[in-house]
Amino acid sequence: MHPARKQRLILVVLLVALSSVAVGFVTYAMRANMDYFYAPSAFVAGEVPLEKRIRAGGCVVPGSILRDDDSLDVRFALTDGEAEVEVVFDKILPDLFAEGEAAVVTGKLQQGGYVRADQVLAKHDESYTPPEVADTMVGKADCKGDAKI
Amino acid sequence: MSWQWFHRLGSPRWFYQKTSVWLPWLGTASLLLLAVGIAWGLGFAPEDFKQGNSYRIIYIHVPAAFLALAGYYIMAICGAIGLIWKMKLSFVVMRAAAPIGAALTFIALFTGAVWGKPTWGTYWVWDARITSMLILFFLYLGVMALSGAFAREQSGDKASALLALVGTVNIPIIYKSVDWWFTLHQPATLKLTEASTIDPSMFYPLITMIAGFYLFYAWVLTLHTRSLILQREWRTQWVRELLGQSAPAAKV
Repeated sequence: MHPARKQRLILVVLLVALSSVAVGFVTYAMRANMDYFYAPSAFVAGEVPLEKRIRAGGCVVPGSILRDDDSLDVRFALTDGEAEVEVVFDKILPDLFAEGEAAVVTGKLQQGGYVRADQVLAKHDESYTPPEVADTMVGKADCKGDAKI
Repeated sequence: MSWQWFHRLGSPRWFYQKTSVWLPWLGTASLLLLAVGIAWGLGFAPEDFKQGNSYRIIYIHVPAAFLALAGYYIMAICGAIGLIWKMKLSFVVMRAAAPIGAALTFIALFTGAVWGKPTWGTYWVWDARITSMLILFFLYLGVMALSGAFAREQSGDKASALLALVGTVNIPIIYKSVDWWFTLHQPATLKLTEASTIDPSMFYPLITMIAGFYLFYAWVLTLHTRSLILQREWRTQWVRELLGQSAPAAKV
């Protein structure tokens, strides 16, 4: 290869490498802010500030959904397999919200360790299954409750 | 090692003549695959047991996002080849790839938003995947703007190639964002190393659509490159002859 071309090749490789390193450092420094939500174990560990707008995400614990008889009020618990956090919500839940499915809520952590949410989003998993196949599945395969949901 | 073939590849005239033969094949094959994929995916594939019919957006969303990322590498690599070998044609392909990539990124963002409303309950969230995809859209727009911002075409080529190369940092971030951080966007369904979490009856039309999108991308990129070549080279003898033969009225 011609020396001038080789030099330009090295410069191009250096440009990409150095900008990768720079962006790598920035994302590493901001790693806590890169997460869209806190896992329930972060609440238990006391990493989540009180009375600040935060998000919590996890699996809706089966059997934990309690609906009020004469209002939209609903309570449920989110889990990441290690810890649980209680959520209180008073608006309409999304269609795909269900027990054993993942959900992400936005709200404020209250004194007493529960989240008063003003938005609840359903988080869909990456599997796609036709109804006939879903009927033959044993138990619910989704939302295994591991930390990375 | 002889670099002769490589330098011949850099001749806009050679490229224009060669692709005249390929274009009809490329166009027919891509439209055929897309037609089959769309009919199969939207009409015949079963619905998802949880999302119902709204999941069918995957047949547009995933192929568009695939090509938005792959197209960025194509653009950046063409920019690098242009910088290193000072190859004119390479810069032309880079310029041609930018608006196509921007359009595909927009399609991915838009279809994702349409799907997000019935599934998540919102059109938009600022999670790592969606935000980095928006940055990709701005990078494409930036390359387009920068390449046209100079009076000298060569300055625009160089500047936009540098921007395209720096922007490649974003591609692995988009790809891995759903694994590295907590995001609302789900992780990848199609996996390279393990079994994909999609039923075969839904997977085959998706693969057809992805193949169709790849061919469609190649087709559109070639078409756009050819038109940019004619714009750039309009003073040269071969373009004048070409226009003189096919359209006598076009003589200036």
